[in-house]
Amino acid sequence: MHNLTEFWRTFRRNKLGLLGGFLILTALLAAIFAPLLTPYHPTDVIRDANGIGMTFAPPSAHGPLGTDDAGRDVWSELVYGARISLTVGFLAGFIAMFVGSLFGITAGYFGGWIDNLLMRVTDVLLVIPDLPLMLVLVATLRQMQLNVSPLVIIILVIGLLYWTSTARLIRSQVLTIKERQFVARARAIGAGNAHIVRKHILPQIMPLIVANTVLTISTAILVESGLAFLGLGDPTKPSWGTMLNFAFDRNAVTNGAWWFYLPPGLAIVWVSLGCVLLGNVLEEMLNPRLTTHHLEGDENMISIAAGQGSD
Amino acid sequence: MSEPLLSVRHLSTEFIMPEGKVARALEDVCFDVFPGQTIGLVGESGCGKTTTLMSVMRLLPSNGRIVNGQVKFNGKDLLALSEPEMRGYRWKEMAIVFQGAMNALNPVMKVGDQIREAILLHDLMDRDAAEKRVGELLEMVGIARTRRDQYPHQYSGGMRQRAMIAMALACSPDLLFADEPTTALDVMIQAQVLELLRDIQKALGLAVVLVTHDLGVVAEVCDSVVVMYGGKVAEYGTADHIYNHASHPYTQRLLASFPDLNRPADTLASIPGTPPRLTDLPNGCRFHPRCNVKVKECETVNPKLITISEGHYAACHLCKGQETQFA
Repeated sequence: MHNLTEFWRTFRRNKLGLLGGFLILTALLAAIFAPLLTPYHPTDVIRDANGIGMTFAPPSAHGPLGTDDAGRDVWSELVYGARISLTVGFLAGFIAMFVGSLFGITAGYFGGWIDNLLMRVTDVLLVIPDLPLMLVLVATLRQMQLNVSPLVIIILVIGLLYWTSTARLIRSQVLTIKERQFVARARAIGAGNAHIVRKHILPQIMPLIVANTVLTISTAILVESGLAFLGLGDPTKPSWGTMLNFAFDRNAVTNGAWWFYLPPGLAIVWVSLGCVLLGNVLEEMLNPRLTTHHLEGDENMISIAAGQGSD
Repeated sequence: MSEPLLSVRHLSTEFIMPEGKVARALEDVCFDVFPGQTIGLVGESGCGKTTTLMSVMRLLPSNGRIVNGQVKFNGKDLLALSEPEMRGYRWKEMAIVFQGAMNALNPVMKVGDQIREAILLHDLMDRDAAEKRVGELLEMVGIARTRRDQYPHQYSGGMRQRAMIAMALACSPDLLFADEPTTALDVMIQAQVLELLRDIQKALGLAVVLVTHDLGVVAEVCDSVVVMYGGKVAEYGTADHIYNHASHPYTQRLLASFPDLNRPADTLASIPGTPPRLTDLPNGCRFHPRCNVKVKECETVNPKLITISEGHYAACHLCKGQETQFA
């Protein structure tokens, strides 16, 4: 636990990282406590005194963000949409990190033909333009009536396509670590490959994996939004991308209903900005090569020193 | 004399370089280590000292391979073992103190955990007993038990080296390789570490193979000495043979280049030239381009190890004696 407190103390000093953490945390909390935060269920149609659905009503007392084309509360849709967008983002991000780490560690550690094979697979995936590939994959898989939720398809497709850069990154780190002498020592004490990877390689690249997961999650959320915007989302479980898709399909722009299409866009920016900020700061903090020299102080230390000098 | 603990015969190791060239890092290396004995491996950088140790432990990098020879440990041929069998020998029977302990310790693992790692890997005892043993080992090398939970960066250089020694003793091996255990340490700490090695050897009856550049250290602690040059054994004998009856010109000049306290004003003698590139070895004797007493034969014929007297061997055309027949 000592390490965690120390981690928090360093982390607290970093304003951008705090901001990123705050952005992600608020989105997560909103998703978890969605029923408590919303006045309506996202599928409820708000009706006026005459029982007529209030379509494209601007923000008012009825709903803080107005209503959509069918008279549903945009704020409620947005908060419930966070559940879908974040679930897809986190699951796909974790899958991508898992596959990427596995490939990267295996290729880097064993080298030789295994490395060659895995890296050629990575290269092939890397050169195919991802968006068209995913569109084709998702559309085809949905056509096949596989009896799985379209969200599961999206999660798997994103997760199984977005691990390439991670794999390369991890591989290069493993390549440098496995040449270090403590790995030779581990071999000399009679350790096998599994032990060496688990006890000596993994702890060293864990920071990289953690930081990269956060960044991959942001990519996954963005990609999901893109796919959903193009109409490949699950219409029964609208994510932020699906909301955008609805807004554009149902002429929110020509109706001037900015409260329908801006919020989901901003929500996507909110979370992915949070991920990028947090990811970069984590990488900086956890990567020993990027940390500052121990003699460099923070601004406080320097101003104190300067103040003493002028006395 | 008793049976040797470790006997190395005609050991030859090659490295495949990236350009496809073959570096003959070791050729025909022979020596014996008897129980409780200290043997010194000396020679310039790149002459194959570390490669010898790594070949014996079968820890060569992936581009290196043993092409010939025999390594017997307690009569068992190590080169014939499967990799899992070999893993059982490492550390339990023979341990190594690496060159530069700061790199050989994992920076993100507690020192105590690293010492315990080997004990647990070989299933020698349960966790509680292993924990007790870690404390004992640390105290044996003069480190307080309480520092078991510290990380390597919280140790000084000498402490790290001592921790490495504690780690090497963890599984009570019979044979300890010490690969330049004192490089990168200051003179005081060097003396401490050597003292410690010697005490431990006496107390536990270990056989030690000490790799070093320091002929002074060798003279002080070693029973016998292997002088290596360019991947071959140049001369091999007891400390007395090597220091008082050096026969190989390389050994003679190596000893001559050692500073003499009685004549501090003298310029240091050196051996002109550089050690041969292993990918581009000279014909004949590997030392002949730098040798001041070479004869015609040296340029064409690779000298064999010759028995000069009982237990004293040298590979030089100028030495007279029987060609050595190692069993």
